[in-house]
Amino acid sequence: MLQSMAERISVEQVAHVARLSRLRLTGEELERFASQMAAVLDHAADVASLDLEQVLPTSHPLPLVNVLRADQPGPTLSQQEVLAAAPEAVDGRFSVPSILAEAP
Amino acid sequence: MTTAADIAGSVRSGQCSAVDVATAHLDRIDQLDRSLHCFLSVDRSGALGEAELVDRAVAAGRDPGPLAGVPVALKDNLCTRGTPTTCASRILDGWVPPYDATVVELLRRAGAVVVGKTNMDEFAMGSSTEHSAFGPTCNPHDPSRVPGGSSGGSAAAVASGMAALALGSDTGGSIRQPAALCGVVGLKPTYGMVSRYGLVAFASSLDQIGPFATSVADAALMLEVIAGHDPRDSTSIPSSPAAVLARLSDGVQGVRVGVVDELVEGASAEVVSAVSSAAEALAKAGASVESTRIPACRLGLSAYYLLAPAEASSNLARYDGVRYGLRVDGPDVEAMNVATRTAGFGDEVKRRIMLGTFALSSGYYDAYYGQAQKARTVVLDAFAAAYERFDLLLGATAPTTAFPLGDRTADPMSMYLSDVFTIPSNLAGHPAVSVPWTTGGDGLPVAVQLLGPALAEPLVLRAASVVEASAPGVPPPCGDFLPSDGTRSALPRQAVGSGSDGLPREGPA
Amino acid sequence: MSDVTTGSEWEVVVGLEVHVELRTATKLFCSCPNSFGDVPNTNVCPVCLGLPGSLPVLNSRAVEMAATVGLALNARVQPSRFHRKNYFYPDMPKDYQISQYDLPICAAGWLDLPDGHRVGVERAHLEEDTGKSTHLGGGGRLHGSDGSLVDYNRAGVPLVEVVSAPDIRSAEQARSYVAELRSILVATGVSDGRMEEGSLRVDANVSVRRRGGTLGTRCEIKNLNSLRSLGRAIEHDAARQVAVVESGRQVSQETRHWNEEGGHTVPLRSKEEAFDYRYFPEPDLVPVEPPGELLDRLASEMPPLPAERRRRLIDLASEGRQPSRAAEDQVATVVDLGLDDLVLGAASRGASTRLALARAANEAATDPSAARGLSVESFAKLVSMEDSGRLSATQAKAVLARMLGEGGSPEQIAASLGYEALDPSQLSAAVETVLATNGAEWQRFVDGDEKVAGFFVGQVMRVTGGKADGRAVRQVLAQRRLDSLAP
Ligand SMILES: [Mg+2]
Ligand SMILES: [Zn+2]
Repeated sequence: MLQSMAERISVEQVAHVARLSRLRLTGEELERFASQMAAVLDHAADVASLDLEQVLPTSHPLPLVNVLRADQPGPTLSQQEVLAAAPEAVDGRFSVPSILAEAP
Repeated sequence: MTTAADIAGSVRSGQCSAVDVATAHLDRIDQLDRSLHCFLSVDRSGALGEAELVDRAVAAGRDPGPLAGVPVALKDNLCTRGTPTTCASRILDGWVPPYDATVVELLRRAGAVVVGKTNMDEFAMGSSTEHSAFGPTCNPHDPSRVPGGSSGGSAAAVASGMAALALGSDTGGSIRQPAALCGVVGLKPTYGMVSRYGLVAFASSLDQIGPFATSVADAALMLEVIAGHDPRDSTSIPSSPAAVLARLSDGVQGVRVGVVDELVEGASAEVVSAVSSAAEALAKAGASVESTRIPACRLGLSAYYLLAPAEASSNLARYDGVRYGLRVDGPDVEAMNVATRTAGFGDEVKRRIMLGTFALSSGYYDAYYGQAQKARTVVLDAFAAAYERFDLLLGATAPTTAFPLGDRTADPMSMYLSDVFTIPSNLAGHPAVSVPWTTGGDGLPVAVQLLGPALAEPLVLRAASVVEASAPGVPPPCGDFLPSDGTRSALPRQAVGSGSDGLPREGPA
Repeated sequence: MSDVTTGSEWEVVVGLEVHVELRTATKLFCSCPNSFGDVPNTNVCPVCLGLPGSLPVLNSRAVEMAATVGLALNARVQPSRFHRKNYFYPDMPKDYQISQYDLPICAAGWLDLPDGHRVGVERAHLEEDTGKSTHLGGGGRLHGSDGSLVDYNRAGVPLVEVVSAPDIRSAEQARSYVAELRSILVATGVSDGRMEEGSLRVDANVSVRRRGGTLGTRCEIKNLNSLRSLGRAIEHDAARQVAVVESGRQVSQETRHWNEEGGHTVPLRSKEEAFDYRYFPEPDLVPVEPPGELLDRLASEMPPLPAERRRRLIDLASEGRQPSRAAEDQVATVVDLGLDDLVLGAASRGASTRLALARAANEAATDPSAARGLSVESFAKLVSMEDSGRLSATQAKAVLARMLGEGGSPEQIAASLGYEALDPSQLSAAVETVLATNGAEWQRFVDGDEKVAGFFVGQVMRVTGGKADGRAVRQVLAQRRLDSLAP
């Protein structure tokens, strides 16, 4: 059981997804989360092991298509309403610390 | 207990004033909620203001609507213009939405009076309301037990008479399971029946808003108010919903009911016996009742715990400290994002974000997320086949009665298993209702669940009425919940309304 | 500008991704105005700010425009759906971009360059734009800045991303592809085509290979906001890649930024960790299946595209002969600036196509928006006045400038400028005066030296104060020569 859990997700993989998720975990948290996530993935083994080659994926329970709106302008928020929530704002804009990397 | 329909009737006819009704409920909140902690914020003056408008409308001879003066509690993941919406998370610290959710607009238009915002598992992730950043809610039937979750605050508020109706959201059972554990009616409508606009997303393809009520008729009344097409929600069903209330007492003569083994297996003895008693009651009322198997239901839990976290990992990316809510400073934007999210989210939310990120990540997508989407198809197909033979399905709502606070928090998997009977309906997008049956040996409520195909709310609620009428019933929780022995004083909690800024106060934990 | 690879054993292989801002009235998923030169953070709402609880609803006009782009690019317009592209960035309100991934609305088209080279279009898909960051300190650049300010007015503006196949083989072809694509987008009304203002944003995927060899590693070059930058960046990076390979090293796959002032590309500073976008179907939206009737309607509403418009004008101007390179260039300019209807209109009113084309491509082109506002009648009249000798070329140009600047009819302007046409007797008198004082030159002309005609035209112009028409002068000179040679 422990063996299979370790195979499902390693501490390194948890550290990787934490980075992708912009979360920082302590060493203790990494270990704990790794084993908890492994338990869920172990439970999911029944799904992962099914032969569903011929089955189409469902991403939505409702079979709707073409839900569209007319290209007509509607109300907007005021700058004051928008920035009321801002942790920091300067000159009508949201202020953030320096951006190190360009957008991908 | 007075029903919402009674309240609305009295207010509309001028027999009693909405302000008096609101005051009585607000006073009850003042009295009880220090012990139960159902609410994250209570807007006394706002509620009294709304009630006064209702009274004025009545005085002026106008009809304030079908929920005139009915005190309503809202789960704190429903956006309310001008009052905080926290999702029970520190990450939304200080955020006040500049808009109302569609359901909130509809409730106000129907004359309802919003008394407050209720506690929940953070971002609706949990089955016990213990994963709230502001401390857990207690079960009114036994304050040492959980109310279920994630809409535990709404369920407990209705069960304890602090609100006549409440709204919750149900992604994997978050309305039905706490309704079962608190002894009230909880309905998850068909996906798309109720607009999600203004519901803070957990897992968008599964989330659905629905009512908590003390009776099936009240749940139907609330459903009629909140259901309907909303052009702001692309996943909203375009047709108008069928009337539910008018045919609520039409009975179940000739209705084919399947009792699903997989939705009972593993449940405690008293839960199993409640389901068979409910089945007998339906049969006695003229339904043809048969036991059946839907093995695909077993896949539900696994598929759900891959799909819901995957969607959540994306839905919760926006809480990055840039535009609203908490910001914890850092030397650069990425460090600020990391510091904010690390401080702002609780462990359960972090676990699910990471689990979902993993399920979607390169190299694992096909094996986990992709496979879970296919398993969802299998569940849908299995229900479709079942509904060729049956009009309705019957099972348990939750495997056990309310469990002790702290019992399952250390083992997420044991917590997740609380949703095993409710998740399949979310995957299928089908309606399902939890109806209280009786109290078990420990004095805690036991419930049964009725499931139907998409848009079958009228029939599901008709059958629920039959079950309700035959049920031994759950007596309202009695007494005074103020701590007397000091054993629960260690629980983190907040004093409702104590914040002069109206923001929820953090407990001593 | 010459290609580094021209005539060498190396070949450059380019694929282009062009992001086009659609000229809808509102954003892609909300009803905020699609307009971002305004006061910061005013054209925003809960949806485009990504506020908790908000939901997207797709703009039908954006779908129509994307389908129009597909039809114009000979693509298959097909059932499509949206995905979420997940990455954190402060100008992206939800920290994911709603885009199309496995099922783009347009697939498998092509675009023919004016020289006949066909470039495949792999796909064109709909997606939302991001907000705009202003960097504080560090000279306004990202690197070395102290912080940034974000305006979300642009967030959610509809984009169509047109992805070409790697069929482009030179910087010149790349420029030609973008210029032609831009003309098509302007012609169909989906874009204003203003590259410098960001309405059209080009990323170039560049690799080099020995002719006939296997494809090298490609680099993606960003920040190409003019045709000039595009050409220079491709040439520069191709040369860089050739140098890397020839020195025995390997080109590393990376994203590079074009530095216009420095005239070189630099690698983008990005995280060592590769991006993992974790695409998955957008659960808040439903699939889009453009119905056949819609596509029929869009096809029927499709205006003539630049290639067709060029062909029409060339046919008219060349009158069945092989068109000159100059005429082709004039036609290209006129079509590019949307002045072809002016020329065609003038021609249909009997004006000289050749002369109308020249005036449109040379003079009217200096102020295209004013030129597009000219009345066809006035323009046709002006061209006819010049053609008939009523106005000299110099005068016609001056009158046209006035028409563009202030408006008015060519007759009135000509009169107000004192451009009285010389009557034939005045012209003859002027010619006689000039001939009388230039006997030697006259003899050379009579002997057959045609070049001297230009000299006489100039002299007559001087004598008449520019009122004479050069062609009329030449006609008089020719007649005089015939007369003098007559027995
Ligand atoms: Mg793109
Ligand atoms: Zn907007």
